[in-house]
Amino acid sequence: MSGRSWRASHHHNQPWKHMMIWGAIAFTFLPVVWIVSASLDPSNSLTSSTLLPKYASFDNFKTIFTDRQQPIGKWYLNTLKVSCLTSILVVMVTSLMGYAFSRLRFRGRRSGLYTLVLLQMFPQMLAMVAIYLILFTAGQYIPAFGLDTHTSLILVYLGGAIGVNVWLIKSYFDTIPRSLEESVYIDGATPFQSFLHIMLPLARPILAVTFFLQFMATYSEFVLAKILLATSDKYTMAVGLHNFIAEKYTQRWGVFSAASLLGAIPILVLFWALQKQLVSGLTRGAVNE
Amino acid sequence: MTGVRLKRSGGCLGVLLKIAMLGLANALTLWAAPVLIGDRQYGLLAGLFLGVLAIDYVFIAKKAYPVRFLLPGFLLLTLMVVCPIGYTIYVAFTNFSSGHILSKQMAIDQYRNRYVKQVDLPAYKSGYFRNRAGAIVVLMTDRRGNRLIGREGKAYPLEISGLNPVDSDNDGNLDHLGDFIRLGTQQIFPMIGKLQNLTFAYRDVLLKMNSLEEFASYLPQYRYDARQDSLVDKTTGVIYYARAGRFASTNGTYLDIGYRTAVGWRNFKDLLTDRRIANPFLRVLMWTLIWATFSVIGAFTLGILLAVLLDDVKLRLRGLYRALLIIPYAFPVFVSALIWRGLFNVEFGQINAMLAPILGFKIPWLQDPFWAKVALLITNLWLGFPYMMLISLGALQSIPNELREAATVDGASGWQQFSFITLPLLLSMLLPLLIASFAFNFNNFNVIYLVTEGRPAIPGALTPTGATDILISYTYRMAFEGGVGARNYGLAATVSLFIFLIVSAITWINFKFTGALKEAPER
Repeated sequence: MSGRSWRASHHHNQPWKHMMIWGAIAFTFLPVVWIVSASLDPSNSLTSSTLLPKYASFDNFKTIFTDRQQPIGKWYLNTLKVSCLTSILVVMVTSLMGYAFSRLRFRGRRSGLYTLVLLQMFPQMLAMVAIYLILFTAGQYIPAFGLDTHTSLILVYLGGAIGVNVWLIKSYFDTIPRSLEESVYIDGATPFQSFLHIMLPLARPILAVTFFLQFMATYSEFVLAKILLATSDKYTMAVGLHNFIAEKYTQRWGVFSAASLLGAIPILVLFWALQKQLVSGLTRGAVNE
Repeated sequence: MTGVRLKRSGGCLGVLLKIAMLGLANALTLWAAPVLIGDRQYGLLAGLFLGVLAIDYVFIAKKAYPVRFLLPGFLLLTLMVVCPIGYTIYVAFTNFSSGHILSKQMAIDQYRNRYVKQVDLPAYKSGYFRNRAGAIVVLMTDRRGNRLIGREGKAYPLEISGLNPVDSDNDGNLDHLGDFIRLGTQQIFPMIGKLQNLTFAYRDVLLKMNSLEEFASYLPQYRYDARQDSLVDKTTGVIYYARAGRFASTNGTYLDIGYRTAVGWRNFKDLLTDRRIANPFLRVLMWTLIWATFSVIGAFTLGILLAVLLDDVKLRLRGLYRALLIIPYAFPVFVSALIWRGLFNVEFGQINAMLAPILGFKIPWLQDPFWAKVALLITNLWLGFPYMMLISLGALQSIPNELREAATVDGASGWQQFSFITLPLLLSMLLPLLIASFAFNFNNFNVIYLVTEGRPAIPGALTPTGATDILISYTYRMAFEGGVGARNYGLAATVSLFIFLIVSAITWINFKFTGALKEAPER
């Protein structure tokens, strides 16, 4: 026994192990299987749903894009729009800030960085009442920046995303050698030109990660969107689906399931594409002590 | 880094663009100034001016060059994070709520616009006319057939209005008044709101719409007495004094519309001493702590168990298992939480459909406080264990094999080895992440709200509160779900501050453990 690695020493336990793992997998897939089955069941009700629907069709998926009363397709587009715009703007704003904190020297640089950390400690959600009241007032003067607009929702998300992401991008800029920038400085470039033409292309990986992480976070955000958005046409998926299904599970289960699957797809795809970075980021966080 | 060609800094176009943008920002501010002064929003005005001056300085002064990079982010942080934090603190010390939304002046104006119908004065049959330009006149006819024209806030006899009355079909109803044409019922309905707000001064009364067909004589109900700071009800003679956010008479009655004002520590006192608020608040606080604790323990236990199983390199299908088990982590939370809510449906949900034949009864998930809590914890276990599994796998890989081998050589059983070597090491490595996960679940609004909406309700609570509400959902419901009459922004802001204190304490403890900054977990 002692001659072998300890990991290999428990071979006799394996059927037992597999059973436990399969138990966990069953738990994992319970909701997934039901939702897939219900999405294909045209009866559209929780009452009659069985694991294998008697008839399978894509009617529920069709309803998503044709029902004018409950414009789920519109919510889907809204969500994609808000998430994309927010993420692009977050990358733009935070890479500018990250560059300044990494490369430029100015008074208040250190205290600025620490302020960011402090602000990040305050979850934006806690200020929801204040955000609501402020936007309510702002809307009295400029309706475009008031409640129930995607503009203000995106601005609120932007404000909340800066703290974390500036640090992420700044640390990445810190790892790029300064010597790479020297040649353009000799040519008489300004720091902004160096940022645009040298640093941004080099930082592409972290910009992509920032974009996708922000996309996933914005995509799933619920409470701020719920407070800000009031009309059905403006809803995001999270707000719309919640209103769609609350209290009406029995009658709308099929369409809801189809919409859920559709809603989950962008995030599932991103997750698989980014799995390596996400998981290694997590484990690095865990082991770095 | 060759191959990158750069223009000289400060090209002509760039400078022009810069001047144009700065000019635009300044012009907008100057344009906004009179509006804001008119509304007495001096704070907002000062903020706007300082903001624009700062932008001017940053983009003109050479010295401020680095700040140009920071400005967009700085403005967003100020507007969307710093201001809301400051405003939360301010609101916590006010009585801001749905009965107290207006400033005092606006509330007084509201009362000044309340009128009482004068039944002893004449009422008029009304007809509505509109011209091409969209202007509206109202023709009012009293019982004796005297006709008045209501136009632009005043009423006067038809004869002196200069409008030529025409009854083209001779049915006794005028069809034209000069170039104004009578509106049919179909045309009137969409404009009712506008018509209701019309008032015409006539002699010493106001003519106002009483019903669609009738205008009547009205007099203002209240008079504001600035010296006594009170409203006098002219119909009853009762005096209502402005006291602590509302207008109250000496015999204890008060008017329906209050106003917003600072109330000092009253919200804090209410939260801790008013039984109808303090009791639910304490219950919510207790459940928040239990919820966060059990969520972390549950997810960590299952996560670590699976991580230990999957850590065995000889295990067949290891890669597949891992890929399948992180599925919940790749689902948007709002989707999974709503699905679980459907699965837990008492009558028709799949879980009861599976369990009822075995148990012989339906578990009252989401209806009974205890079972609703269980349902929430199961949902959060599903959502949370993949994260715990992944970080445990990462941590396991960093535990040197020799340690465990040595233990095996010393005759330790698998269990002993796990509980005396692996687990303590894992815990010490993962503790900061577990604390962060606790802080995250402490404010895990989405799962609670999407699965139970905080329900079932706690009876007797002054604000909408349920047995499964955690502090953050309790705050949300206090501010946004109280119905029209009971949205208490001030008290909600106070609870927010309490949450912030607790979360800060947790974060501070975490800083102590790590000695450095940590990102919060994804979920």
